[in-house]
Amino acid sequence: MSTDSQKTPKTPMALEFKSSTFSVPVLVVASDDLAVIEQQLQEKTSLAPEFFKNSAVVLDLQEINKRDYDIDIVALTDTIRKAGLLPVGIRGGNAQQNKQALELLIPVYSMHSGSVSVENKKQKTIVVPVIETKADEDVGIETDATATTLITQPIRSGQRIYAAGDLVILSQVSAGAEIMAEGNIHVYNTLRGRALAGVRGNSEARIFCFDLQAELISIAGNYKISEDLDESVRNKPVQIYLQDQALIIKDIVLPH
Amino acid sequence: MARIIVVTSGKGGVGKTTTSAAIAMGLAKKGHKTAVIDFDVGLRNLDLIMGCERRVVYDFVNVINGEATLNQALIRDKNCNLLYILPASQTRDKDALSKEGVGRVLDELKKDFKYIVCDSPAGIEKGAHLAMYFADDAFVVTNPEVSSVRDSDRMLGILASKSYRAEQNQEPIKEYLLLTRYSPERVKLGEMLSVEDVQDILSLHLLGVIPESKSVLNASNSGTPVILDEKSDAGQAYGDIVARYLGENRPHRFIDDKKGFFRKFFGSK
Repeated sequence: MSTDSQKTPKTPMALEFKSSTFSVPVLVVASDDLAVIEQQLQEKTSLAPEFFKNSAVVLDLQEINKRDYDIDIVALTDTIRKAGLLPVGIRGGNAQQNKQALELLIPVYSMHSGSVSVENKKQKTIVVPVIETKADEDVGIETDATATTLITQPIRSGQRIYAAGDLVILSQVSAGAEIMAEGNIHVYNTLRGRALAGVRGNSEARIFCFDLQAELISIAGNYKISEDLDESVRNKPVQIYLQDQALIIKDIVLPH
Repeated sequence: MARIIVVTSGKGGVGKTTTSAAIAMGLAKKGHKTAVIDFDVGLRNLDLIMGCERRVVYDFVNVINGEATLNQALIRDKNCNLLYILPASQTRDKDALSKEGVGRVLDELKKDFKYIVCDSPAGIEKGAHLAMYFADDAFVVTNPEVSSVRDSDRMLGILASKSYRAEQNQEPIKEYLLLTRYSPERVKLGEMLSVEDVQDILSLHLLGVIPESKSVLNASNSGTPVILDEKSDAGQAYGDIVARYLGENRPHRFIDDKKGFFRKFFGSK
């Protein structure tokens, strides 16, 4: 870390690995017909040409492989590039597809372990964060998917926390803060900010908090904003989970 | 060991400069050699509040640029010879400040002073960031209203993640809450957040409550830090704050609506 650079001032650091989180759209491909893909992509991008122009995208091949379609990654990549998008990764591919992707210098990302809820999403673009590199330790970014991230400091307005596994927070999460986890989120205090669990599509993920005053809650992309929260669930301990694509907020009754 | 205190808030107009002037004076009056630095380059005010605006020759930016020595730029306070003021430059902007330059000036001050009070500009940009970057303690000045509270919360997040201490994985900056312009009567009428409300949102150690007071404006206009007005409620409140910061145990005042003889004397406004 930067302490080293202080000890050896003669060799200033030319680079530094930092861990950072990005939101990248995932393109779930569910057809092997390149012409259809091209046409539908065109329709989608024409809706917001500025947004999609040169936008990075991760290709999700899980649907294709589930249906045993065979698709040529080179041709698919070409089609997507033609639509103005820049593929920066694939996931859910088989060995052959992964190999092809790497030959095109496109990184291969793994699907989140456990059940994944892309099934009902059909051909739809969802936004999920992708972790860029895994080198330096940064504030609250835990990159081991099996690990639980524990945070004891308050999460203040404007701060963002991303955990690859579960996220446990013992202090309050302020309004204007954003906490995200690929697994579950536990807040043993007041939750006033935004909480997004199962950000990589894990629909089994849950949010638990001692005092729900959140600005937004989301599980696997299904979200509710503060305005949609019923008064009956506010300001008390609750758990939030997904059932048939709907967010269920349920009281947690504490023993006396 | 010298300690660097940043007086910060995020939001403007909440009383950062008033507080900086008062606590710097309070610390010096308690016998600690103290320097107070105006980080609000381009919008210099501290010199007015301290009543030394006619004696400014060199400023903070001159020292950073090596155009003047620290001793040339430091202005000794007229009320207390242990207090020195380092004014901001009025003709420059925040870009004139650099991390290295600020660090160098603070290192030099640390050799000679017990407390260095950094009066932060509003906002979270460069000037505010550099004012808090090297701090050991932070006085977060907040008014009892929602936007000020949220901005303070944002600033606390920056203190926790973007300071030198955070970057070096050292013990974090000690954070203290100062609630200013507090009016128990208006809290009662529901026009203002109460101490409890603010504490609930920020969960921060409360160093003191400064009541809304005419004496603050009078002090500013006359260029004498309000803490020197020992008869005023705001002056006493700052006195308490300095004492508490130095480890004295003083009960909180000015939180409850004073009924009875106070009302009779001052009327209910």
